[in-house]
Amino acid sequence: MIRNITLISGNELRRLFKSPLAWIILAITQFLVAVFFYIPLIMYLQPNSVASGLTDAVVSTMFGFAAYIILMISPLLTMRLIAEERQLGTIKLLFSSPISITELVLGKFFGITIFYALMIMMITLMPASLLFGTSLDLGQILSSIIGLYLLTITIASIGLFFSSLTKSPVIAAINTYAILFLLLIIKISSTNASTTVAGIFSYLSLDNHYNNFLSGIFNTTDIFYYLIFTSFFISLCIWKLDIERVNK
Amino acid sequence: MKEKKLLVSVNNISRSYGKIPAIENITFDIHRGEVLGLLGPNGAGKSTAMQIISGVISANSGSVNICGSDIQDFPKLAKKNIGFLSEQLPLYNDLTIDEYLFYTAKLRGIKKIDIEKKVNFCKKRCGLEDFGSRLIQNLSKGFRQRVGVAQAIVHTPPIIILDEPTSGLDPQQILEIRSLMQELRKDHSIILSTHILSEVEAMCDRVLIINKGNIVLDRRLKELLTNEDSLESIFMQLTKK
Repeated sequence: MIRNITLISGNELRRLFKSPLAWIILAITQFLVAVFFYIPLIMYLQPNSVASGLTDAVVSTMFGFAAYIILMISPLLTMRLIAEERQLGTIKLLFSSPISITELVLGKFFGITIFYALMIMMITLMPASLLFGTSLDLGQILSSIIGLYLLTITIASIGLFFSSLTKSPVIAAINTYAILFLLLIIKISSTNASTTVAGIFSYLSLDNHYNNFLSGIFNTTDIFYYLIFTSFFISLCIWKLDIERVNK
Repeated sequence: MKEKKLLVSVNNISRSYGKIPAIENITFDIHRGEVLGLLGPNGAGKSTAMQIISGVISANSGSVNICGSDIQDFPKLAKKNIGFLSEQLPLYNDLTIDEYLFYTAKLRGIKKIDIEKKVNFCKKRCGLEDFGSRLIQNLSKGFRQRVGVAQAIVHTPPIIILDEPTSGLDPQQILEIRSLMQELRKDHSIILSTHILSEVEAMCDRVLIINKGNIVLDRRLKELLTNEDSLESIFMQLTKK
């Protein structure tokens, strides 16, 4: 089981890094996040700055923006996961090999999340560089990292599922964007609703839980929110591929 | 004739796409060392049958048993014994031949210590020894086809299923694939689908003609050709509209 999962995710990573896409995305993310690291840092350094603390003012702001950037680029990475296998015909190779669909989907999922882990590690190097000159609230940073990672794997699982629905990576990306956008704006749509509905809506929204992590509140509810979301979409993906073999 | 070991037994399989039936109640067996030619007009259900036997899709009813394991109940055990080459070549363009064959070998569950040996052996068989570091996307059609066959035999499965292995090749390449298959039949059973009747006459022991989802002929080639009729006229008769 584990052997097959590592095999699939290993191949996924290898093919990812063989294409220029992965490198370009890593570079662009790093650059954009760097901008959103630099701007709050400069603002903090202004003599008339009213910010409360460096971690809050700079690091949390950066992680907040990083989430939006990952949200925007992630569908481009996840779109090809299964749709491309289908397009190339390699899905028949996978289906006729002695590996289960669960192993295939988990392999794909871990492959892409390892890539995200790398991306987040690189992002984290920037606030880590501040440690040379000052002290930071490491707890809050750790909580932000965990929060960002949980958010990314959730986004990845949504992308993975939509990639399993179609043969065309572009359609998979568009669908993923649509659902991510919905999960993002669902909070805004709740402003005029009754308190109960507003509560549900803002509870469902992706970034509400993330904000807790950013402010250093490490809450199991938030962790479970992301984990449940992720496992829900992974299960849907396995289910979809399983059904496809019976009814195409 | 002495009894040979039963490798594949296909039992009453049916499959439809939506409401359109693709194959209906197909039953046949394959024994060790047999080369079975699957013939039929386009859209007769050849590819569907092959995909069901190799576990890519599942049948709506009926069962497929491979080397003693049912493909639905014990897919992992059953699939270890198959090498499948689909009509659309299952290749990753961004990998080299070596990377690709190592990956497919691992996918088929070969132990780490055997992998290099097996990959080298199948590269030699398919004439790919000197091309291991070539990128698949730069290969010609004939070479791509060879890599496709190589991934199907890398784990030396008892059963090889090839869906139109010679389509789109030039005569020289067709001869190469044919001689490769002559080599393979020594230790594998082969199921082969094709449109080219002479290919069947050259390579197969047994012919299975499928028309509109049903088996219309299942005979040994030797028996079939003792009659006056040629394979072509038999084929034309049986698949008449």
